Amino acid sequence: MLHYLLRRVAFLIVTLFLATVVLFLLLRLLPGDPANSLLSVGATPQQIAAARHEIGTDRPLPQQFVTWLGQVATLNLGHSFVSTLPVGSQITSRLVVTVPLTLLAFALAIVISVPVGFLAAYKSRRWYGAVLGGVSQLGLAVPVFWLGMLLVVIFALKLRVSPSGGFPADDWANPGAALNDLVLPVLTIALVMSASLIRYVRSATLDVLDSDYLRTARALGSSFVSAMWRHGVRNASVPVVSILGIELATTFLGAVVVESVFSLPGLGSLLVQGISEHDYPVIQGVLLVSTFAVLVIGFLADLTQRLIDPRLRAPHPGAAR
Amino acid sequence: MNKKAVALFGAAMATVLALAACGTNANGGSSTGGTDTNATINVGSLYEPQNLDDTAGGGQGVTEALNGNVYESLFKLNDDGSVSNLLATGYQVSSDGLTYTIHLRTGVKFHSGKALTSADVKYSIQKVLAPNSQSARKSSFTAVKDITTPDDSTVVVTLTSRSISFVYNLSYVWIFNDQAKNLTTSEDGTGPYQVGTWKRGSTLTLKRFAGYWGTPATNAEVVFHYFTDATALNNALLTNAVDVVTSEQSPDALSQFTSNKNYKVNNGHSTTKLLLAFNDRVAPFNNTLVRKAITSAIDNKKLLQSIWGNYGTLIGSMVPPTDPWYEDLTNVNPYNVSLAKQELTQAGYPNGFTFTLDTPNYDPHPTAATFIKAELAKVGITVNINIITADQWYTKVYQNHDFVATMQEHVNDRDVVWYGDPTFYWGYNNPQVTEWVKQAEQSTTTAQQTALLKKVNEQIAKDAASDWLYLYPQIVVANTDLSGYPINGLNSQFYVYDIKKS
Repeated sequence: MLHYLLRRVAFLIVTLFLATVVLFLLLRLLPGDPANSLLSVGATPQQIAAARHEIGTDRPLPQQFVTWLGQVATLNLGHSFVSTLPVGSQITSRLVVTVPLTLLAFALAIVISVPVGFLAAYKSRRWYGAVLGGVSQLGLAVPVFWLGMLLVVIFALKLRVSPSGGFPADDWANPGAALNDLVLPVLTIALVMSASLIRYVRSATLDVLDSDYLRTARALGSSFVSAMWRHGVRNASVPVVSILGIELATTFLGAVVVESVFSLPGLGSLLVQGISEHDYPVIQGVLLVSTFAVLVIGFLADLTQRLIDPRLRAPHPGAAR
Repeated sequence: MNKKAVALFGAAMATVLALAACGTNANGGSSTGGTDTNATINVGSLYEPQNLDDTAGGGQGVTEALNGNVYESLFKLNDDGSVSNLLATGYQVSSDGLTYTIHLRTGVKFHSGKALTSADVKYSIQKVLAPNSQSARKSSFTAVKDITTPDDSTVVVTLTSRSISFVYNLSYVWIFNDQAKNLTTSEDGTGPYQVGTWKRGSTLTLKRFAGYWGTPATNAEVVFHYFTDATALNNALLTNAVDVVTSEQSPDALSQFTSNKNYKVNNGHSTTKLLLAFNDRVAPFNNTLVRKAITSAIDNKKLLQSIWGNYGTLIGSMVPPTDPWYEDLTNVNPYNVSLAKQELTQAGYPNGFTFTLDTPNYDPHPTAATFIKAELAKVGITVNINIITADQWYTKVYQNHDFVATMQEHVNDRDVVWYGDPTFYWGYNNPQVTEWVKQAEQSTTTAQQTALLKKVNEQIAKDAASDWLYLYPQIVVANTDLSGYPINGLNSQFYVYDIKKS
């Protein structure tokens, strides 16, 4: 296990380093001049040159890269070209919104999709089983922004039970107000996420229900519930956990559409703003942090699978015993 | 995919989950009657400051939020376009017009507690002129030769040539504390508010400054809420999350406010003009007749109506009604398709021609470009619409002049003078106009300046230097609980200190 952990950590560091190189180069390949976002109509050529000098984009690329790498190595993500705010603290202030948003939506999606998916499989021959499966299929086709706008129209504009968007200026100082602002966005993401999760839970459950080991367990005298609990859940969770990992990672940055509909100051909107302003330090910082998050989530999903399924813990073929 | 089925599914899911959202209440609107001097005013806007320093690329948003509210200038540009004293109590001009002696108000304190002195004023003017200044107004101050401070409350500025707009231009120069640090992320001004917190991407909070030299603000706190989506902004107004929207940019959404007695829709003056700007250096637009033909071939009235309904104004030139040298020039190149065809034939293009229109990718440019394409097709001209980003516009059009025609909104007042600069992106080069603009700036009286700039305006209209499609409306929508907010959006400023909530 220790060997496995060390290998994963080394893999993480190498991937992050490669990410810094790729990110840096790809951004420089994009057409556009970061100095432009600082200037307005009326700027003189001297002012444009001065702006480039100010943010350092007039220096040779290798020099810019080494500067950035040095900063990253010391856990400093630099300062925004445009706002001059430290990138690190800007990202932290966005994570305060994005992390709760993602985790709450994720939790709600599990709460919805596991029972519904199980029911859709277990009662697949009943009419409501079929309906549940059908509804989740339909849900896959619903665009996130559309669902978000629909919820705003119903709950914010018509029923007036929820805010239409925004987030408190003082963040979580008043947790009730902050949670209140997250209700509709969380619901939006959770519903869309559930639609696909339900399908995975359903098919994983169907596999288990048809399996020989479950039939054997029943034949040996286990009740359905206890057979399901001892053998079924464990087996069905393995594929579901890997999907959960992917869904969680996708939502982390994919929440940008929801953030826009609900005017939430999350990580995704910081990235979009950075891109529109060619704010390299911000884009690099956000992408690096998200790369890290995605790698960690993947690692955790992997680890969870190994804990659930002993077969994965077995040494690799050919490995030293 | 069946749309009805999708809607049904959505509605069903939403109803099922209504419980989850129950028990929450977003309506904070409690009315106590009378004016609440401790009120918090929530302002909704689409223009977030990029940073807090207007000489470091803060953009339109920093002017809106901080100008006059957090930072003050020597002189103030009023909502009606006039200029009055603010941190200055008065000034004298020498008879040759080259020396301005400006007297400062005493008892003015910065938010940090330091008293205002002439050194701060000198520092602030130099900040605009500095090599690394990104101020859009830098070129207005090229005549400044020297700034001296004979005593703490007097500033003497000497110019190399007369500059009748000098005092007006000073209304754009924020007075900073000369000792202040980190002005892009924090502030030290003399205005009625201090910046409380700035959460980039979300909110900027202004708090009433207890040590303000003048009449204190009528509210305790103003929170600017920033939106990237106009619909989200309107929803916030409808749910009382914001009390006022500084500049409505979603004309289609206005009906939900005009038909609701809880809101007031104010139709004020703006200085934002939508231009179809030709590159006057290159064929075929180096030919005045071609430019006139295009101007006559496009029905600006119909364009304005299709974008803004009954709002907005046709101006026929670069000068909006709030500038002193305004006159109605909409009939110089009237909408007349047969005239346009005649002019094209005269210019040697009886069968029209094809050109590329570099169109910024944000509203209203793509819509207007499509309209122009359809209009010009009627006179045989084919338009290729080339959509570009704001960033590409700056590099390709503004800096490299690599374009034939483009569209752009020009937000500043008194910007007709740019037609006197042949190096400007649109390349209009009429030595007579350049001379008039120069003379106007060196005028001894405003009457003389006005007369000369009127001539400039008439000439550029005659030459169809650009096609001035229309002047934007400035629409402020507010909750009826609110009063005292500015309704004109001159240079995007938005004074909040007189806003009252009942």
